[in-house]
Amino acid sequence: MRLEVDIAGKAYKSASGKRHDVLAGIKFSLSSGEVGVFVGPSGCGKSTLLRILTGLDQDYEGTISRAQDARIGMVFQEPRLLPWRSVEDNVRLAAPLIDDARLSELFSVLELSAHRNHFPGELSLGLARRVALARAFAVEPDFLILDEPFASLDKALAVRMQDEIVTLVANRSVLTILVTHDLDDAVRLGDRLFLLSARPARIIANISVPAPRSVRGEAEIAAIKAEIAQWTNGGRAEQRPHGQ
Amino acid sequence: MLRLLSFAVFLGCWWIAAVLAGSTKLPTPPAVLNVAMTEAASGALFLNVGVTLARVALAFTLAITLGVAIGYLMGRVRLANRLGDPWLILLLNLPALVVIVLAYIWAGLTEVAAIAAIAINKLPATVVTLREGTRALDYSFDEMATVFAIPRWRAFRHIILPQLAPYIAAASRSGLSLVWKIVLVAELLGRPNGVGFEIGVAFQLFDTPRLLAYSLSFAAVVLVIETALVQPFETRLTRWRLRAA
Ligand SMILES: Nc1ncnc2c1ncn2[C@@H]1O[C@H](COP(=O)(O)OP(=O)(O)OP(=O)(O)O)[C@@H](O)[C@H]1O
Ligand SMILES: [Mg+2]
Repeated sequence: MRLEVDIAGKAYKSASGKRHDVLAGIKFSLSSGEVGVFVGPSGCGKSTLLRILTGLDQDYEGTISRAQDARIGMVFQEPRLLPWRSVEDNVRLAAPLIDDARLSELFSVLELSAHRNHFPGELSLGLARRVALARAFAVEPDFLILDEPFASLDKALAVRMQDEIVTLVANRSVLTILVTHDLDDAVRLGDRLFLLSARPARIIANISVPAPRSVRGEAEIAAIKAEIAQWTNGGRAEQRPHGQ
Repeated sequence: MLRLLSFAVFLGCWWIAAVLAGSTKLPTPPAVLNVAMTEAASGALFLNVGVTLARVALAFTLAITLGVAIGYLMGRVRLANRLGDPWLILLLNLPALVVIVLAYIWAGLTEVAAIAAIAINKLPATVVTLREGTRALDYSFDEMATVFAIPRWRAFRHIILPQLAPYIAAASRSGLSLVWKIVLVAELLGRPNGVGFEIGVAFQLFDTPRLLAYSLSFAAVVLVIETALVQPFETRLTRWRLRAA
C-alpha cells in the first residue's frame, strides 16, 4: 500500500462561529513497511490529522490517496474499550477471525494474560492502553495508526511494545503512523520523522532515518536526536526568544 | 424474612379493618381465600389470570419493540424527530381511557383492538426514554467501530444495544407497571374474560370477596413476575458495572 497525503488546510468552526485553523500544510507519502512518526507540541493537530487519515473526518482541503480496502488497526489517544465487554471480548469484537494461539501470544507479549477476563473498569490506564494495542495488532492491519500508545507505560514495557511493532512491521507489509512525544521512541521506531509546528500544524522538518531499525545503535540515535533538537530549538527561537 | 414480616403486618391490619368495617365492605382474609380456592378449583381463576397475562405479554412486547425502534430512529435522525414529536406529545397526554374506547369503536370489541390499545398507551413513554438513550450514545465507540470496519449489524448488536440496555430496562420496568394497570381497564370495557372482566362482574354484583380474590391473585402474580423475572434480568444486564445502582 502507498499512502499519499497532501492536506492544504483543516479548520474547525468553533461554537461562536469563528474559524479555528488546525492543519496548514501536511504533505508526505509513505509505503508499506515504513514507519512514519509525527512529533509536535500538544494541541497542534496530530489527532486531527490521524482522524483525517482514517477517513473519520472528511471535512478538509486537500487529497489523500490510499487503498480503500486497507485493514486499519488503530490505537486512539484514549483506550476506547467497551466497558461492558471483557478484555478478550473487546479484542475479539474487532478481530473475530483471530485464532486462539495468536491471541494468547499477543496477550502474553503485552502482559495481559492475567487480565483476559477483566472488564475495562477493572484496569489501570496503562493496562487499558495495552488492551487497545492488542486490539490494533489483532486485526493484522495493513495500516497501523498509533496515537501516543506508550503514554503511561513504563520504559521497559514501552520497549517491549515497540519490539512487537517492529516484528509486526517486519513480518507483514504494514504501513505504520505513530504519534508520540518521546524522541527516543520516535528515533528508535521511525523510518521517517515529521516534526510539526504549533497549531496550525505544518511539517517543519522531514527527517529520514536510513539505518534499518535492527542495527540502529545508541550513537545513531543520539545523532538524530541532536538534529531534531536543532530543528525544534530553531523553531522555538523564531517564535519565543527565551524558549518556554 | 423482613418481607414475610411485612406481609404478616399487612394481613393483621386487613383482618382488624375487616372486623371493624363489617364483611360486606371488607371481607376477612379467610373469606377471600375461600373464594379464591373455589375459583381455582373450577379452573376459572387460572384461565382468567392466564388470559390477562397473555394480553400483557403481547401488548408489552409490541410496545417495547416498536418503542425501541421509533425512539432509536428519532434519536438518530433529526427529520424523524421533527415529524414524530407532535404525535409523541399528543399520545403522551392522551388519557388511556380515550385510547381504549376509540380502539373498541374503530376496531370492534376484538382482541386486536384491546392489545393495540394497551400497546399504544405504553408506546410514547418508551419512545421518549429510548430517544434520550440514543442521544446519550457515546460517539467515540461508533468511530472505533468505523475504523475497525466492524459490520453494521455487529456494531449495533454489541456496541449500540448495550448502551441502550439501561434505557430499555427502565422503559420495560415503568412500562410493565403501566400495562398491568391498563390491561384490566381494557378487559373491563370490552373483553369477555380476563381478570379485568371478572372484576367488572364482581363490581356489578357488589361481590367484594370475589373482587378481592381476583385482584389479590393478580397482584401476587405481578409480584412474582417482577421479582423472579424482571429483577434478575436487570442485574444480569448491568453485571459489568462495578457498583450496581
Ligand atoms: N471537534 C473539535 N471541534 C473544535 N476544535 C477541535 C476539535 N477537535 C480538536 N479541536 C482543536 O484542534 C486542535 C488540535 O487538536 P488535536 O486533538 O488534533 O491536537 P493534538 O495534536 O492531538 O494534541 P495532543 O498532543 O494534546 O493530543 C486543538 O486546538 C483543539 O482545540
Ligand atoms: Mg492528540
